Parts: sequence; C-alpha cells; structure tokens
Amino acid sequence: MNSIIQYFKEIIQGVGSLLKGMRVTNRYFFSPGKIVTQKYPNNRKDLVMFERFKGEVVMPHNESNEHKCTGCGICEINCPNGTIEVISKTIITEDGKKKRVIDKHIYRLGMCTFCALCVKTCPSNALAFSQEFEHAVFNRALLIKTLNKPGSQLMKGVE
Amino acid sequence: MLLNTISNALSTLSEPWWKIFYDFSSLTQAIDEGLRSSLSPFWAVTIEMLIIGVVFLLFYALIGLFLVIAERKVCAFIQNRLGPNRIGPYGLFQTIADLVKLLFKELIPIKNADGFLFNLAPYIVIIVNFMVLAALPYGKGLHAIDFNIGIFYVIAVSSMSVIGVLLAGWSSNSKYSLIGAMRSGAQIVSYELSIGLAIITVVVLAGSMQLSEIVEAQRTGWFIFKGHVPAFLAFIIYIIAGTAETNRGPFDMAEAESELTAGYHTEYSGIKFAFFYLAEYINMFIVAAVAATLFLGGWMPFHVGNWEGFNRIMDFIPPFFWFFGKTFFVIYLIMLFKWTFPRLRIDQLLTLEWKYLLPINLVNVLIMAFLVLMGWHF
Ligand code: SF4
Ligand code: SF4
Repeated sequence: MNSIIQYFKEIIQGVGSLLKGMRVTNRYFFSPGKIVTQKYPNNRKDLVMFERFKGEVVMPHNESNEHKCTGCGICEINCPNGTIEVISKTIITEDGKKKRVIDKHIYRLGMCTFCALCVKTCPSNALAFSQEFEHAVFNRALLIKTLNKPGSQLMKGVE
Repeated sequence: MLLNTISNALSTLSEPWWKIFYDFSSLTQAIDEGLRSSLSPFWAVTIEMLIIGVVFLLFYALIGLFLVIAERKVCAFIQNRLGPNRIGPYGLFQTIADLVKLLFKELIPIKNADGFLFNLAPYIVIIVNFMVLAALPYGKGLHAIDFNIGIFYVIAVSSMSVIGVLLAGWSSNSKYSLIGAMRSGAQIVSYELSIGLAIITVVVLAGSMQLSEIVEAQRTGWFIFKGHVPAFLAFIIYIIAGTAETNRGPFDMAEAESELTAGYHTEYSGIKFAFFYLAEYINMFIVAAVAATLFLGGWMPFHVGNWEGFNRIMDFIPPFFWFFGKTFFVIYLIMLFKWTFPRLRIDQLLTLEWKYLLPINLVNVLIMAFLVLMGWHF
C-alpha cells in the first residue's frame, strides 16, 4: 500500500517540478525585453563594456606622463606564461644615489591569458585592465607592446 | 495546356479567392472537373497525382525550413538571446542560406560503409514522412487520401522510419552511429506502445479511425474537453511519447551530441545529412499535427456544444488557419520541452515508459471505454 502511495506521490511531484521548469522557460520566451545579445558590429559606436571586463593589461599614466611602476619585476615573476618582461636600468638621482627605474615594461598580448595575477600582485598598483577588446592585427609583432609611454617617469611619492 | 485547365478551373470559382481558405473542396473539384473534361480518366488521375506530389514536395521543404528557423528562434528567446539575425529581416532567410550551403557541400564517401544501404537510409526516412503527410487533413476539403483506417495507417507508417535510422546506423560502420541507432530503436519500440494506446483512447471516444470522421466528431467540442480527464491524460501521454518518438530532447539520446557526436547521422554529410535533419523536423510536425487532429479538433474551429452565436464567430477564422495554429501550438510545447529539460539516461527513459506511462495509459484506456459505455462524455 505504501509503495502505491509513493508511486503516485512521485508522479505528482515529478510533474510539478517539470511544470515549474516550463513556467520559467515560458516566461523568458514571452519577455523579449530581457534579451542580452549585443548586436556587436552594428552598435560598435556606443558599445560600453563592463568595468570588470579584462581586455588587455595597461599601465595607467597621469596627465604629467607619470606611472607607478618601480620596476620591481614581481609581475614578471608571477606571470604564468612569461608574458611580461621588465627591463630596468640604473640611474643616478640628483642627490647622488643610485636608483632602479624601468626602461621598458614589455607585454606580449598574444601570450596573455588574462588571469590578472600581474595586476593583483603589483605592490604599487601600477597595472590595470582596459576594456579594449578589438585586438586583431595583421602582424604578430604588433601584439608586443611597451606599456610605459616614452619619456614617462615614476610618479612622485611611489617607492 | 495543364496551366490553361487550372486557370480555367480557378476562374470558374464563384467566390472571391480568399474564401478558398474556408473550404478547399470547390477548388479541388473544379480542377478535377477541368482535367477530366479535357483528358482521359487515366491521364487526369495521373496529373492530379503529380500536382499533389509537387504540392507536398513544396510543403515539405517550406515546413522543414520554417521549423528549423523557428526552433532556433524559440531556443534563442528562451535563453535571452536573439538567435540568427543576419540574413534577411530578423534572420528569416538563415535556413535557406544553410540549405544552399549544404547543397554545395561534398558528399563524403565512407570507407568500408555499405554503400547501398548508406545511400538508401535517408530516402526511407523521407519517404515515410511523405506517406504520413499525405494522410493528414489540413483543412476543409484539403485531405489527399482519406483512409477509413487513417489514424492506424499513420502510426503504422510513421513507425517505419526507425528502419531508416537503424539502416543509417548499421551501414555507416561507425560505433557512434551504431550506438545511436540502437538507442533510437529501443526508444521508438517502447514509446510506440504509449502512442498507440493514447491514440486508442481517442479512437474509443470517436468511434472511428477515419481522420475526417474524427475531426467531424469534434464539431460540438474538441476531444480534449469532451473526454474529461482520460482524454487530457491521453493528450499528455501522447505528447511525451511523441517527443520521445521523434528523438527530440529531452529524449535525444539517439543523437546525444555530448556522447555520440551526432548519433546515427554522424557519418552523413551534405544534402544527405540535411535529409535526416529535415526529416526530424517534419516528424515533429507530424506528431504535432496528429495531436492537433486527435485532441484539439484538427481544422475544426473552437466550438462549444450548442452555443450557436459563439460557434458562428469562431467559424470566421478559416479551418486552414485553425489547423496550423493548433499544430504550431503543440510544436511550441515540444520545443519548450527540449529547451527546458535535461537529457534522460537510457535507463531513466525506459523506466519512464514501462513503469509510468504504460500502466497509466492502460488504466486510462479502460476508464475511457467505461465512460463511453456509460455515455458520460459530452
Ligand atoms: S608593474 Fe608593478 S609588479 Fe611589475 S615591475 Fe612595475 S611595480 Fe613591479
Ligand atoms: S594577466 Fe596573467 S597572463 Fe596576462 S600578463 Fe598578467 S599575469 Fe601574465
């Protein structure tokens, strides 16, 4: 007797849960306002990517062409793919001290997996992600980028 | 000459052209008389058959292409996407472009495949489709062959498509195809029972197997309402079993992409693949059309008993559109199943059939027979 009750209970519960699922999909079908598809090439002009979108690694510079990279090389050590190469040089400051600054911060976009380890581990927050995503180029060499801008300096107060 | 006869026949029609959608028999009769007056009976019948064949070919292609795009759109909307939207307005010509692409593609000969059976399989599937389509009533006077055992013929013939599927799986000489075909065979053989019993429920209620009579019997109300709970249960069971019979999700283990690449048509390419693909959609159309005819009144407008006024208003919508409206409603339900439920395992599938659908169905037939015996239906 018990098993018979169990049998019908199972059927009713099963049908109930199936109907619940169908109600959800049916509601989505009849609510076209919720469509999330971006018609990309058509809305290229006013397409805004999300802030957390990882397009490519950049090094933000301020108005007076200063960045925050001290050339410590932590990003280079942390990158799992060897994407980053920090070339530093030693300069003599005005008060006669030796100081290490970056010559070139090389970033190879073609090898990056956008894991964000470099951005997260940089002790002076010198790196960030930009939302740019149209990376296609005709020559592979163009994917190797130098992140510090020519003539840029270390920001005052960042050690 | 032929065109002349047809245009003569058309011009003798007394009513405006759109009246045709209410009743096709005047058109077909006019064509018949026109042909018979100028030709010997043999040639008249031959030409009529040819016309019907061409009409069905066109219909087949149209419905197949439309259902493919409809499926993609429905699935897209359910998943909050837009679906195909590049070719034509709203991407409506996408399937036509796909068809052209498939026509141009190379037919890859399979090494060690059984060439004859391999090429035969898609045609069996397609021919079975045509044989079923010919027996369905699409509208008033739009019924190619009206057998007195119409619905019996439909289930008998439609279950033959499993031969095509098994042949495709066997002759491909590939493990994926063979496993897919075997699964499909097991599935169709077991769900055929449920379909048959669900249909028997309606046949008991209608007292006839002739499709035109079944439709006519629903003049005072569709069977799903007339037959109380048993008819409704039979409708649900029919839809579930029909979905399983067409190898559609959630019962699509026969072509489970994640396990079997594409199941029984893994090795097919180009237009032969397209045949299988189209046949699948036409099968869905057939299941939906039979469901509409048996449970939702076929081309019969929505009538309620003796409410003359109400019935007259409903009659304003031509039967032709009623039929396709109902069919597409059922097709939407079947698509909703596919895009809502996860795929069943083979043992779950067989459990569902043998432990749930079949016993319920048997009791259901008994209850329906009892209802009809006591005259308790409307
Ligand atoms: S970007 Fe950051 S982690 Fe990398 S070298 Fe510069 S300061 Fe160090
Ligand atoms: S995001 Fe990851 S892969 Fe890309 S440069 Fe940074 S650490 Fe390397």
